[in-house]
Order: sequence, then C-alpha cells, then structure tokens
Amino acid sequence: MSLGTTSAASGGQLDDQTPLTLDASNVSVSFRSPRGGWNTVVDSIGLGLERSQVTVLLGESGSGKTVFARTITGMAHPAAKVEGTVEFDGVELLSADRRALRRLHGDRIGMVPQDPNSSLDPMRRIGGQITETLLQHGKAPNRAAALVRATELLELVHIADPERVLHNYPHEISGGMRQRVAIAIAICCEPELIIADEPSSALDASVGVQVVRLLDDLRERMETAILFITHDIGIAALIASKPHDRVAVMLGGRIVELGFAHQVLHNAQHEYTRALLAAEPSANTPRGELAVVPDEVRMRRDWGPLRDVEPGHAVASTPQEVTA
Amino acid sequence: MSSVLAADGIVKRFGAFTALDGVSFRLERGRTLGVVGESGSGKSTLGRIVMRLMAPDAGVVTLGDDDLFSMTERQLRMARRRIQLVPQDPRHALNPTMTVQQSLAFQLRAQGVPTREWSARCVELLARVSLTADYLHAYPHELSGGQAQRIAIARAIANNPEVIVADEAVSALDKSVQAQVLNTFAELQSDLGVALFFISHDLAVIEHISDDVLVLNRGEVVESGPTRAVLDDPKDPYTRVLLDARHSAEAV
Ligand SMILES: Nc1ncnc2c1ncn2[C@@H]1O[C@H](COP(=O)(O)OP(=O)(O)OP(=O)(O)O)[C@@H](O)[C@H]1O
Ligand SMILES: Nc1ncnc2c1ncn2[C@@H]1O[C@H](COP(=O)(O)OP(=O)(O)OP(=O)(O)O)[C@@H](O)[C@H]1O
Ligand SMILES: [Mg+2]
Ligand SMILES: [Mg+2]
Repeated sequence: MSLGTTSAASGGQLDDQTPLTLDASNVSVSFRSPRGGWNTVVDSIGLGLERSQVTVLLGESGSGKTVFARTITGMAHPAAKVEGTVEFDGVELLSADRRALRRLHGDRIGMVPQDPNSSLDPMRRIGGQITETLLQHGKAPNRAAALVRATELLELVHIADPERVLHNYPHEISGGMRQRVAIAIAICCEPELIIADEPSSALDASVGVQVVRLLDDLRERMETAILFITHDIGIAALIASKPHDRVAVMLGGRIVELGFAHQVLHNAQHEYTRALLAAEPSANTPRGELAVVPDEVRMRRDWGPLRDVEPGHAVASTPQEVTA
Repeated sequence: MSSVLAADGIVKRFGAFTALDGVSFRLERGRTLGVVGESGSGKSTLGRIVMRLMAPDAGVVTLGDDDLFSMTERQLRMARRRIQLVPQDPRHALNPTMTVQQSLAFQLRAQGVPTREWSARCVELLARVSLTADYLHAYPHELSGGQAQRIAIARAIANNPEVIVADEAVSALDKSVQAQVLNTFAELQSDLGVALFFISHDLAVIEHISDDVLVLNRGEVVESGPTRAVLDDPKDPYTRVLLDARHSAEAV
C-alpha cells in the first residue's frame, strides 16, 4: 500500500470504482514566516471527495481546515505557496485561470465561507445579491422569477420574514441570518460540490439540524459531494449519516485520522481525536475544570504517515510505533 | 446586592421592525448571565446597547451606579474600560493594520502598564487562550477564524474589566480550546470577580457557565431565572424546542 498521507484512496474509501467529484493529492500550503523562511500550514494532504458522499473535517482551531478548503477550490490566498494537484472533472484547479474558476464557482462548486461577511457585498441589499447569482448562472429567466426564487431560498434556510431580509443590507441582519444567506447562495445553483466551512457555527441546535437536512436533501437529489467543516460533534454525526460518509481529523496541517464516520466518532484510534472527543462542556463539571487536550498531544508535529488500522480507517501512527 | 450591569425596559426599533421590546435584566459581580434565543431574536442588539454602541428607543442601562446613556464623554471613556465586548464578528473588530502584539499593547498602555512589562503580559494573555508567542507578530488577516476570536478575547481580558459582554465568543473554537477559554473565564470570575453577559446558542456551554439565563424570542424575554430551574423545567415553548433539538442531535 502506498503511504496514506498522499493517497486519496486510503481511509474511508473501500471501493475504487466510485467516481471522485474532486481529487486532491499531495496538497501543501505555506506562508512566508515573519522570521524568514516558510511556515507550512497544510502539509501534503491527499483527499478524494466522492459523489454523494459527505466528508466532515474536524480538528484543532488553526490546524489548516479553512486554508485547505479554500486551496482545493482554487481560492488560495495570493500570498500562499501552493503545491500538489486538485482535479475537478478533468480541470486542474490549482493551475486553472481565474475565468475558468469563476465559471465553476457558484455554478458547479458552492462555497459557504467561515466568515459570511467575506462573500457578501456590504453595499448591496441581500435580495439583489441572491437574484444576481441566480440570473448570472441562468437559474431564473428574469428578475421577477429570480425574486420569487430568492424568497423561497430564504424560507428554505428558515429565515422567518424573507421579505424584510431581501430589503436589508448585510449589516442589518444578525450573524446567524448572514450565515444562512451564505448557505442559500451556495445551494441556489444545486452544485455538484459543496464546501461548507462551519456553516452552522452561529446557529442553535434546532436551526442547525434544519440546515443539515437541507444539505442532505441536496446530496440525495443531485449526488452532491460535501466537505463539511465543523467543531460540533453532534452536527458531524448528523450530517455524516450514511454508511459511506467519512470523518477526517486535522492537527497541525495534517490529517491524523480518517475513516467512516462511525469508525472515527465511535472507535477513534488517534490520541488527539480521542482527547478532542472527550473535551465537551458539561454542567456536571465544576467551572474552571473542563478537560482539554494535553499540550504534548496538541503541539506534537512528528506523527507518522496514515496507516490503515481496519478497512477504510487510517490513523497517523505515533513516532514510537513507527520505530518499533 | 447591587448589580454591575442592569437594563430596564429596553426597546429598540429599526424602522417598522421592533428588535427589542421591553427587555430587563440584572447582572451581579462575579456572576454569569447566559443569554439564549433564536437567531435574530435580538441578542447582539442587546449586547450593542449595553456597550453603548447603539442607543435604545426607550429604557435605561446602568453600569454600576451610573446611567450609561447620560454619562459625559470623560465618564464614558472610563466606563469603556470597565465593560468589554467580545463581538460576534471578531475579525472585523480587530484593527487590520495592527499586529496581535500591537493590539494587546494598545490596551495595556491605556491601563498604564509599564512598557517593559508589555511583552511578558502579551505572552501570558495568549497562553490564556491557548496560543503560543508565535502569533504576536501576526496580522488579523493571517489568523484562522478561531484564532481571531481568541485574540478578541485576550484583548477584552487585557483591560481587567468588571464586565465582559461575550457575543458567541467561543462558537468558532474546537472543543478543547473552547474548554481552555471557558476555564480562563471561570478563573477571572473567581479571582477578580468579573461578571459575564454571555450570549450563546450552545446550550451545553450555557449550562456549564451560567448562573442565570435569559431566553429571548422576537425581542421579548420569554423566560429567565436560575439556569437549572429554566432548563430543567422550561415553561416557554421556544425553550423546549431548543432543548429538544439539542437532545436529538446528541442522540446520534
Ligand atoms: N494569509 C495568511 N498568512 C499567514 N498565515 C496564515 C494565513 N492564513 C492562515 N494562516 C495560518 O494558517 C493556519 C491555518 O489556518 P486556518 O484558517 O486554515 O485554520 P482552521 O483550521 O480553519 O482554524 P479555525 O478552526 O480556527 O477556523 C493558522 O495557523 C493561520 O495562522
Ligand atoms: N442595523 C439594523 N438595521 C435593521 N435591522 C437590524 C439592524 N440590526 C439588527 N437588525 C434586526 O434585528 C433583529 C435582531 O438582530 P440581532 O443581531 O440582535 O439578532 P441575534 O439574536 O444576535 O441573532 P444571531 O443569533 O443570529 O446572532 C434581526 O432581525 C435583524 O435583522
Ligand atoms: Mg477555519
Ligand atoms: Mg448575534
């Protein structure tokens, strides 16, 4: 078997025949360090996203989830040094020109950015922004039809009074409403691939569950591949509900555990994953005494390559195991 | 006991839309008031009003013994240090032209901390939010979402405030870093008597950290009281929906 770190086939993929919607291999991203040299924040990650499959990305804050997600859709920061290849329907996204990328985005690739403000134009009303996306990608024949569709989309993301919101500017709606507008825009063209970066971080459990249902419904109908970044284990289990759905865990720029959702969430093998899953706030723990991942696990950067521990389940071994 | 922060009959309208309709609460020294409610129910608007970033159409806010909205400029400058906001949208609240160290040192200087102590204090503040000194020289756009949120928390703490208004302040953090930050808040409360006005949609976090809760629905307080009493026996249908949704998400 090839080293799991660079192979999209390792971990959570039993069947080589299932078509990949997106195939990222050996993706690394570095930024210039203020002290000279380069900081590698994504370190040779390989990940294939199958049609109709949800891949949940969990992991430490700052581990590279957002940088990885943006990079594989061809939206890396201009200051970033990017290596590797990412294929989407025969197009190599890391070397694709801006025009090709602009055609794909919105139409065939839907993005829900972690910071919804970054994708909304502060100077334009919500209604105008949604209708423009619909018209641009030919999803509505005219402005009136687009407006009807925009209202429906806001209802789909459970916004209580869509008419008011359509007339509002982004700063006039709440954080959770902005997040849901970003979701509405990402799904409006029924794309083949959705990259959702903490799409429910500002939503309560009730609305969060509804957003998950909406994405789930889209993948049923359109066979959409979904990469879903979250810190919420309950939401992770809910969206990765099918037997072939996967969970990947990131730490320090690497995927340290990858497998089917039930394997990672119920039978975690990596030290970091186990400690992370154990760190949940609870009313039963006295204040000031919540468990955290120990620093020696969190800060460690010398994990070995991903190796299969059971079919579909790969774990980055600890250095002792490698030498043993 | 006198409260450090209190609001009475707050009303806020945006055109024809009423975002807050007669909201009152009291927050005492060293205590945590958890604020929950549906997205769009008015939580951040209330937070902005108690920070005097926005004026209400009716109602009174008192900080200690002072009426927040009749303070002079000078009193207000002093007050600004006693009450600190961790905004829901931290990246946009950080000055994009300042490094993390400059942002934190700016607060330390305002408090009269001697220059030679800044760098050690900055490192200590970062440690409280699980960040290493590596990030001192980073600019806001170079931080991850959760890192920016943690810098906003460190900046609020740097001021030694009496009250922290935390608006979804731990929602972008992984559960371990979140636990570390919640432990830091608890420490500030027991050591320095800091009071928290803690807005969150996460009931597990609210249950852990809050002494009392305030449930908002469409701008009105539909339920309030000691955390256990409210969450164990919710009277309001919306509170019940929230709890049910959480249990169904946990059951999987
Ligand atoms: N433009 C940039 N310049 C320099 N460093 C950057 C830049 N963007 C991100 N980084 C660094 O890359 C690392 C990964 O950031 P990323 O945003 O991917 O984290 P994340 O896993 O999404 O975290 P979070 O859960 O907090 O959102 C961080 O340490 C961050 O400081
Ligand atoms: N500047 C404004 N102009 C017009 N309407 C506004 C403005 N600010 C807030 N609103 C409206 O007030 C309501 C309450 O918004 P607020 O941001 O307080 O909600 P929230 O409870 O914090 O929600 P979330 O959980 O999503 O952050 C929303 O319906 C919003 O559209
Ligand atoms: Mg991120
Ligand atoms: Mg809010």
